[in-house]
Amino acid sequence: MASLHSSAAPASRVPPIRPSTLDPAHAVRDTTIAAGEPWLARITEGQVLRIVDLEGNQAVDTLFFNAHDAQERYSPTHTILAQRALYLGLGTTLMSSEGRPMLTIVADTCGRHDTLGGACSCESNTVRYALGKRFMHSCRDNFMAAIAADPQGQLTKADIGANINFFMNVPVTPEGGLTFADGISGPGKYVEMQAHMDLTVLISNCPQLNNPCNAYNPTPVRCLVWDAR
Amino acid sequence: MSVLLDSTTPLAAAAIPFHSARFSQERVLWEEPMPGGVQWSGVLQRGTTLRVTDLEGRANVAVLLFNKEQLTERYNMPDTLKAQHTAFLTRGHACYSDMGRILCSIPEDTCGWHDTVCGVLDTPTMQSRHGVHRYQEHRNAMHRSGLDGFLVELHKWGLSRRDVHPNLNLFSRVCPDESGALRFVREGRAPAQHVDLRLEMNVLVVLSTAPHPLDPSPDYTPGPVRLTAWRSGTAGADDVVRHSCAENARGFINTERSFL
Repeated sequence: MASLHSSAAPASRVPPIRPSTLDPAHAVRDTTIAAGEPWLARITEGQVLRIVDLEGNQAVDTLFFNAHDAQERYSPTHTILAQRALYLGLGTTLMSSEGRPMLTIVADTCGRHDTLGGACSCESNTVRYALGKRFMHSCRDNFMAAIAADPQGQLTKADIGANINFFMNVPVTPEGGLTFADGISGPGKYVEMQAHMDLTVLISNCPQLNNPCNAYNPTPVRCLVWDAR
Repeated sequence: MSVLLDSTTPLAAAAIPFHSARFSQERVLWEEPMPGGVQWSGVLQRGTTLRVTDLEGRANVAVLLFNKEQLTERYNMPDTLKAQHTAFLTRGHACYSDMGRILCSIPEDTCGWHDTVCGVLDTPTMQSRHGVHRYQEHRNAMHRSGLDGFLVELHKWGLSRRDVHPNLNLFSRVCPDESGALRFVREGRAPAQHVDLRLEMNVLVVLSTAPHPLDPSPDYTPGPVRLTAWRSGTAGADDVVRHSCAENARGFINTERSFL
């Protein structure tokens, strides 16, 4: 699907890019999430999490929770209000439902990430594409499978809220139109964020096959974690 | 044998009214004024419409919606926005649950823009802007944030802070520029603008009339509204929301199947 808004933005609108100085050889954790699969992990305050879009245009549906209080979770509305802006990028502080900083994006070679589009589900697939698209894999089913398998058992469906879509481009026009546009990510692009509290990280490496968020071809992503410097 | 996948059988179609009802005074079930800065909750049955009227042209009404039969099914901001390719709500839009169903639809709206992305005013933000106004000194003129109002009502139904997800803000218009920066817009507001929320399921509705979190007014002066519940029936076969996009036609099929 061609973007309605993919024409080149003015120079002043180009999202800021900043590469990282961290060396993957020094990462304490290095995991590749296969296409379409969930990943639930815990990181501690001060650690840095990098998500790498290995092959480009992959949507990485991500939720964060306070590791000690699952009812405190990533909140798109608190994050939007704190920066008075819709898109996530370098310098964005990801805020919790209690209004506290959870992580800050400290390096980013993609430039813009979405927090309005949410996760795909088999239920919303029936609305968005066709009633017959129910029996396909989806991020919400991944989230359910991951919380069901979590030995800590802290999370319930009520905790699964609106998420971040790293590497996804969902522009909103001044008139309020919203589109899933062609991605601005590419092979090897990454986003890196430092945690302000101990966190549970819940990712669905999106299996959606019906729209261009993954260029119709879900691919693996890599997650690296470094200890606090 | 053929599969009736994307179609409605004659028996299922018989449950859909031919026409959507229009408002008239004889259809009103109850009416109640709601001051600014307070909260309300109640169950409204499928086929009832809640008309919210902005009496002075400056109200904000934060709204959460839950399926009354299964409270973990709730209004879902992202599913609502992406199904209808919109970042705001107005006439012709539906509010989707996380289960692919329509909790309520908006067949009529004289305001034109209802915010979906800014969430609800919390107490630290309110107090940093407007100071602390406790009950002891101010009685019913005390300040209460939208979040605290939500929590008061949610706990009455066995719900809690984990059930506060992105809400609607009726009557508030917030526009992004090309970089995504948001601006609170007052233009276009007028006394007596109203919006109809037609319940397509049996819904627990939770409301707060605290100020919008981006309202730049230095004073805590939330506007009053009027709540009017009227017997509309559900969306007719000719309904504006049903026909506004193919996604909504399918959303209504999902919804109606759960009431056959």
